[in-house]
Amino acid sequence: MAAATKKSKLEKSIVIFIMVVGGILVSIPFIWMISSSFKPESEVLAIPPTIIPDNPTIENYIQLFTNMNFAVYLRNTLIIVLFSFLGLLFNAMAGYGFAKYDFRGREKIFYIVLATMMIPGQVTMIPVYLLLNYMGLTNTMTGIVLPGLAVAFSIFLFRQFMTTIPDDLIEAARLDGAGEFYIFFRLVVPIAKPIFAVQGILTFIAGWNSFLWPLIIANDESLYTLSVGLSLLQGQYANNFALQMAGAAFMVVPIIIIFAFFQKYIVEGFTMSGLK
Amino acid sequence: MKQFKNRHPYMFIGPAVLLLSLFSLIPIAIAFVISFTNMDLKGLADWSSITFIGFENYKDLFSDSTFIKSIYNTLFYVVIGVPLVIICSLSIALLLNYGTSWIFNTFRAVYYMPSITNIIAVAVIWGYLYNTEYGLFNFLLSFLSVENVPWLEEPTIAKISLILLAVWKGIGINMIIFLAALQGIPKSYYEAAEIDGASRLQVLFNVTLPLLRYATFFVTVTTLIGWMQFFEEPFVMTDGGPLDGTISIALFIYKEGFQFSQFGYAAAGSFILFAMIIVVTVIQFKFRKSDTEY
Repeated sequence: MAAATKKSKLEKSIVIFIMVVGGILVSIPFIWMISSSFKPESEVLAIPPTIIPDNPTIENYIQLFTNMNFAVYLRNTLIIVLFSFLGLLFNAMAGYGFAKYDFRGREKIFYIVLATMMIPGQVTMIPVYLLLNYMGLTNTMTGIVLPGLAVAFSIFLFRQFMTTIPDDLIEAARLDGAGEFYIFFRLVVPIAKPIFAVQGILTFIAGWNSFLWPLIIANDESLYTLSVGLSLLQGQYANNFALQMAGAAFMVVPIIIIFAFFQKYIVEGFTMSGLK
Repeated sequence: MKQFKNRHPYMFIGPAVLLLSLFSLIPIAIAFVISFTNMDLKGLADWSSITFIGFENYKDLFSDSTFIKSIYNTLFYVVIGVPLVIICSLSIALLLNYGTSWIFNTFRAVYYMPSITNIIAVAVIWGYLYNTEYGLFNFLLSFLSVENVPWLEEPTIAKISLILLAVWKGIGINMIIFLAALQGIPKSYYEAAEIDGASRLQVLFNVTLPLLRYATFFVTVTTLIGWMQFFEEPFVMTDGGPLDGTISIALFIYKEGFQFSQFGYAAAGSFILFAMIIVVTVIQFKFRKSDTEY
């Protein structure tokens, strides 16, 4: 702010104070989760509660993998994340196609793509289930992964970014005899690295958090994701809060670590994409 | 050569557009058709048992007390939740925009964190915080001699508890959008205001907020659409209870569709939700003042 000259020291201290207090309030659920996840079952129900566990234990985390199938859930979740990156490539290709080619129906198809963003998930979830059932893909990993591969919002962001790549650059590569896909992978993808970084993080987070669709499609526990497993855990061990908190921490902490490393890109990406 | 070149754009957009059509566009048509049928689990195995029943599902919905309740609850969520999210995220964005030192960057991450974390994990954690006997919230409130609050056990309080959680989770993404917009406001506006001798509050209300009109509009539209589809919080924490006190339209559709296998009935419900979302969005666009150019 240009009004910086007016800022007094006192005012700045007040702002920082409010910000810190608010920040602590916002963090309480996380702090409580971490703290409780290291408590033995008896201590987690103790009144008054302890902030730092008296008898810290990692028993809860071990139990996730021995009594619950968290290793299987983790594997499934990672498979979903992996495939969602294939989807990311499709979205990037589509974004490039819409940004850099002139073809019949371009505007119309693009508007249709944008229109799909308006459709609430609840409307499509039943027919998509019926479709997959018809194709024999319910209770399969393919059925879990397939519907989420293409994301209109992601196509939109890629297109926005790729329109800013100079045409001359692509034209020059064409004159040098490079094929269209060679141009895309060797020229366009490296230039678009920042937007790939943002989308990559968001894709990872979305894949890691996937819940509703696996819940609907998977009947076998062997296909459950971490989210589904965690909601299952909550039902089965309703009063073992320490175990529940360990499960939650196992889901939340990786995301927080990734986010801590990449948060700069996410924020910049939003500014960059012209979403303001 | 020309023929060869023309094929490429379609090869680039092909996979994504095909997937979107298959899993987004065609389903809309299917949902529309089955909403006029009595399709259920039997119909899934044997299509000949499906019959067209016209507007029967839609008529039934409006005499279904659970559905009416889910509409009421959803409106409750929207009316209280949306303004709360917008006010909180805007206030925090203004706070964070005040300075540029490391402490502001750190707290930007802190405020953003809830919005990226897994909703199921979050719901599990908050379920524990809200626990009437062992929860942290009631323990802290006991210092203020507040009696045990039945956070999730009384219909109205349960709705408010879910809103609290959803606001906490919803702040991050909107705050980032406001922050991006704040940083996009040209400095010259503030310099001009300063020369005119405007006070800090005058600057806020006469310069900053009007220039945030577009961001506010964007945030309002997306937040409203999101809240109309409120689902995971009631699903994990209360399963719609107590006494259907927290059931939302989205949860109603899920339950009808996947717990009771009433596909036709649920599809009709989903179209009513869709219609509501479209109506609300159109109204907002009508009310929107002309774009701010700066």
